[in-house]
Formats: sequence, structure tokens, C-alpha cells
Amino acid sequence: MEILQFTEKHHDFRKRLRAFLAEKVTPYVDQWEKEKIEPKQIWREMGQNGFLCTEIDPEYGGIGGDFLYTVIIGEEMAETNHTGLAVALHSDVVVPYINSFGNAGQKKKYLPGCVSGDIITAVAMTEPGAGSDLAGMTTTAVEEGDEVVINGSKTFISNGIISDLVVITAMDPAVENPYQAISLYLVEDGTKGFERGRHLEKMGWWSQDTAELFFTKCRIPVANRLGDKGTGFLMLMQKLQQERLVTAVGAVTAAEKILEWTIEHCKSSPGGAKPISKYQANRFTLVEMATEVKIGRTFLEKLVADHMEGKDIIIETSMAKYWTTEMVKRTTDKALDLFGDAGILETCPIARAFRDVRVMSIFAGTNEIMKSIAGKFMGL
Amino acid sequence: MFELTKPQKEIQKAARAFARGEFDKELAQDMDKKHEFPFKIWEKAADLGFVGIHFDEKHSGGGMGLLENTLIAEEFCRRDSTIGMALSSAGFAAECLVRFAGEKLKSKFLPPVAEGQMLSGGAFTEPGRGTDISNLKTSAVRHNNDWVLNGTKTCMINGGVAGFYVVLCSTDPDVETTGGSSMFLVEADRKGLTIKNTGDKLGARMIASAEIILEDVRVPAPHLIGKEGRGYDQAQQFYTECRLLIAAQSIGIALGAFDRALEYVKGREQFGKKIAQFQITRHKFADMVTKIEMARLLTYKTAWDFDKGRKNANGAAMAKIISARCALEVADEAIQLHGGYGYMTEYDVERFYRDAKIAELYCGNKEALKDIIGKAAIGKIR
Repeated sequence: MEILQFTEKHHDFRKRLRAFLAEKVTPYVDQWEKEKIEPKQIWREMGQNGFLCTEIDPEYGGIGGDFLYTVIIGEEMAETNHTGLAVALHSDVVVPYINSFGNAGQKKKYLPGCVSGDIITAVAMTEPGAGSDLAGMTTTAVEEGDEVVINGSKTFISNGIISDLVVITAMDPAVENPYQAISLYLVEDGTKGFERGRHLEKMGWWSQDTAELFFTKCRIPVANRLGDKGTGFLMLMQKLQQERLVTAVGAVTAAEKILEWTIEHCKSSPGGAKPISKYQANRFTLVEMATEVKIGRTFLEKLVADHMEGKDIIIETSMAKYWTTEMVKRTTDKALDLFGDAGILETCPIARAFRDVRVMSIFAGTNEIMKSIAGKFMGL
Repeated sequence: MFELTKPQKEIQKAARAFARGEFDKELAQDMDKKHEFPFKIWEKAADLGFVGIHFDEKHSGGGMGLLENTLIAEEFCRRDSTIGMALSSAGFAAECLVRFAGEKLKSKFLPPVAEGQMLSGGAFTEPGRGTDISNLKTSAVRHNNDWVLNGTKTCMINGGVAGFYVVLCSTDPDVETTGGSSMFLVEADRKGLTIKNTGDKLGARMIASAEIILEDVRVPAPHLIGKEGRGYDQAQQFYTECRLLIAAQSIGIALGAFDRALEYVKGREQFGKKIAQFQITRHKFADMVTKIEMARLLTYKTAWDFDKGRKNANGAAMAKIISARCALEVADEAIQLHGGYGYMTEYDVERFYRDAKIAELYCGNKEALKDIIGKAAIGKIR
């Protein structure tokens, strides 16, 4: 019995998405990787075709889809041989904050644009001095009448350059307990006092932009606060489970793709040479890789099913995020060994994969944080 | 042998001082991006005797051994993995001349390498064949006083920037597998020689990698290096030395990543204390130093064996496997300890990690090396 029950509707969606990506994304990936950003137009087209924010209700232009659509998008994006176009970040991490915690006015104002791709979003949590430790945050938000004044700087913000709307975390300096001081605010592109810093250069994920954001006496209406004041930390905690699960989807689907390429390479026989899969050591390595990928897939699917049932799986999600992101690193490393000298060249997809997968054990909470969370909830 | 000699310590110190003074981080990041060889630093390094220290003094070398060469590569890569790898590969394959060539070839081609006037390259691998250099398709046929070379080689180190290449060719197609090959010195400006750059690489980006196409390239008979028909064995001996050098580069990469991680965890505070104060950090560092120590011991010991006249091919293979793995694992951990910063180009550890992976792959991947070590370990089977 399959763990995940895909319906005809899901299959149709997958078919449409696959055709779309093959035509509109995959052929342009090399160019975007070089340009270090993807054009906004591709977001619009994704949106217009119903591939963004699938969980949003039809009332706001979405299809009100379940989490399986997210899984499908993750799987199909892996086929495009790159990890830019951070659709999952927008659809499954940032927009859900607005969808879950926004009031009717905020949802009406922003969600249709998020679904159509006219509004690309980012979430700005990390700061130069506050990575894993959110309590170290120094960005402040002081509410003055109808307005909020934001001051501070954020870094490593994915979609930092391309985004039209940023969900930011900031703390009220008057509140002593840092966990009760954090609130979430929506800051639109073009707001006075909101500047973008450097487009950061990184090892991989080249077609996806990462940037610094600066807020200097940035005034926004108080109506742009998400939820009640001081509940930011709780909101983050609620949504981080999904972010981690989405990361695990990305890790497992990437590993599956890399394994597929590697098996294909190992079975090939250029110029009639003996396929390297016929060497016993390589065959064992491939079997080990495939076993790990299968274990990851099975664990992931069980968690997706639990997540869809609304179960509390904070421990398991933390475990999955840490284990699958390590697994995809191991898989890629072994894949590169099997490709050998040819894998060194950037024309080989494994070279890009090697650079891309390395960040997975760091973002969405480092794996050390994952182990800390799991340990805490296990009562250790 | 558990201590370096005084001259060795001085070489180590001098190499460290040179790297500190001359290697520039921003320049390195820029050259990494552009895939450029660090010509200026190389010229200075050669001036000071850091290139070809293991060549004879009469060939402008330092008259020293592989251990001294190891120490230099280690110090250079520790300061900067990419510059270090490029500089320590400046005389790539010139060792084939040192070990096998006659005096005439040596005295003509080794001094410019040691003096920083010429880079050298090696063309052994053939397209689609990887580590296996038996049954070559590239051929050399004797024509009066010349050899005429034809074929294609790939993954050629310093391809396109070197003044000459050491090219392995089949000289007797009737001899199966390894016996019928010979080694030739081919100047880069020979007619019929075309170089095709193979494009951007994952790491070691300052080292050019290219394909070489030989179409009726004529070289004079004395350009045969060593003995006719012995090319395969000579290449294997060169590979052995080369693996030791890569082990040294790897130790440098590991140390450099370690240094950077150490500085970071001592400066960075999260959850109210320095990252260095968490138990898990302490254990990560314990694992890292242990791996480095193992790699270093094996590599130094093997280099010392060579300098004592024992060509320890198994030791070199083991040293390369252990050291390159150590480099990759330490650089990986260094990235992890840096968190998000580790993934950014600005914080060198990502570059060290990419370079470490190349060390694991080139000049014999670990699968090929394990075949060598394993065969020797098992010996004859009755």
C-alpha cells in the first residue's frame, strides 16, 4: 500500500507541471545560474499556471490543495537540475505565515498576488549576530500610534533581491523576555527606509538570490503586523515544522535525482568499455546509496502523511531534516566519486549538485539545532 | 624520524612566511571565480626556491627531497587552498624528467620550471578512460629521427598554460595492455598540437584543465623520456609521487579549514556563549585534529621513505586516500561550524571544501588506489 495517496487530480497537476518546467525552466537554468538570479517573469508564469501557493483557498485565487501538491512540486523541481527558483520557500514557508496568521484585510491584499506570482516573498529572520539563536536578534520594531518604526539589518535572506514583500522578525526593545518581544511584520518593496544590501556570493544555489536587508527608520503601518504583538516566536515555532519538512522533501528528491544520474552513468559503456557498475565495489556503493535514498523516502512519506493529519511530529521532523540533508550530502559525494574526473567539470550536473546540496544541513535550522530540538522534546 | 630536521623546519617556516606575505584573500577569490593561474605569486615563489625544491641543484632545484616538497605544499595550501594547489602543481609532470630523462632534456627543461619561467603539464588520461592508462589510443610512430604523435588526451593539468607537456603514447600497438607505451616531451608550440580548455571546474580552479589534440605532431627522437616501452611503469611511478604531493596539499587544506573554523568558533557567540564552549564543538575539533594527525603521520612517513630510496607506492596511495578524505571532512565540518557564513564565498571554507573534493578525485580516485593497496595486502592467492 502506498503511504501517500495521490488522486487523479494530483496526477494531472504533476503532468501539467512537468511539461511546464521542461519547456519554461530547464532550458534556461544554465543561463540563470550564470546571471545569479532568475527573472521575475518565470514566477508570474508559474503563478498564472497555478503552480504557486497551492494551499491557498480559491477565495484568494489558489486551489486549496493539500500538502501532496507541495511534495509534487518538490519532486518535479528536482528534475530541473538546479535549486534556484525557490518556489517552496515562497509557497510553503513564507506565504503560509500570511495565510495562517494574517487578518482578512492582509489576506485579501496580498494572497492573490502571492498566488499569481506578482508578489514574490521572502522571510527575514537571520541577522549577522543571530543565526540559530533567534533570541540574539537586534532588529527593533517600535510601535508609535498607527505606525511601526523598524531598525536593524538582516542577512542570508533568500529571495532577498527579487522579493516584493518581506515578512520580517523584529523585537520590541521595551519587552525584556526575548521570546515575548518578537513580532512579525510585512514590509513591501519600495518602503522608505528599507534598503537591500549586497547580493551575496555563495557556493551554490546560484540562480537563487541571497542578500542582506537593511531597515533604517523604516515606517510601516501597524496594520502590517501579522497576528498579535509579541507572538512572533510562537508563530515561527508553529511554521518551522513545515519548513523543515519541505527541506526534507528537497533533500530526498535531490538525492533520488542524483542517484538516477549516477546509475545511468555507471551503467553506460562509452566506446564499448566495461560499465563501471560491473565492478563489484561500485555496485556495492550504488546499492548502499540506493538503500539510504529509500530509507529517506519512506521516512519522509510517513511524516508527510502525519503532517497532513495534523499530528505533532516535531521530534521526527527535526530528525528527518537532519538525516535527509546529511544523506543527500553523502549521496552526492559518492556520486562524484563514481563520476570521477568527469564530475569535476561544471558541465556535469553532479558538480552543481555537490555545491548546491551542501547548504541543506545549514539552512532551515542547522542540523545541530535539529538535534537540540529533538533532544529537548525527547526529554533528554 | 619523529622530528623534522633543522633545515626542514626552516623551509616550513619560510614557506609559511611567504604564504602569509604574498597570498591575498580577495585576489584568491577573484582568481578562483575567473579560473586564473596565479602567475605573479608563482614567479615570486620560484624566485625564492619553492618550486622544484626536489630537483637537482644543477637544474636550479634545491637538491632536496619529497618531504621538503611536502612541507611547502602543506604550508601553501594551509594559507590558501586554491593558490597552494596551483603553485605546488606548477611543475606538474616535470618529475618524469627528474626521474627518467637524460641529462640533455633535464638541463634544457628543468631550470625554466624551477626558475618560474615555464609551467609544465602532463597528458596521460584519455577521454572516457579515467584512471586507466593502459591500452592507449594516442600513438607515437618512429619516422627517421622523429616521433610522430597522434591522439587526444584529457584532464591535462596546466593544459594551455604550460611550456611543455609530458605525453604518454602507445609506441607498440602489438603489445597488449601496459607494455607498449612510451613517454615524450612535447613543447606547447609544436605544430599540430591543439589545446581545448574543458571549461569551469568545481574546485582547484586556478589549475587549468584541458584536452590536448595531437595531429601529426613531430618531436625529435631525443624527446623520448626514459625508455621506449617503459612509459606505463614510468607514469605509475610518477603517479605515486604525485599522490604524495596531493596528500600534502590535502593536509594543508585540512589545516587551513581548521584554522578558520577555530578562529570563528572562538569569536562567535550563540545562546549566551562562544560556539567553542559547546561540548559538541569540542568533540568536532577533537575529531578534526585526530584526522589531521593521522594523515600527516602517514604522509610524512611515506615522503621520508622515498627520500631514503624506498619507493613506497602503497604508502603514497594510503596517504592520498586518508589525507584527501581528511581534507574533505575537515572542510565540511568547518563549513558547518560557520553556519550560513560557511556557505558564502566571503568565508574561504567553501572554497577549501570544493578544492578538497578535487584532491580526492584527481591522480587516481580512491577506488583505483584501493585496488593497488588491496592487491599488495592480499598478495598471491594459491
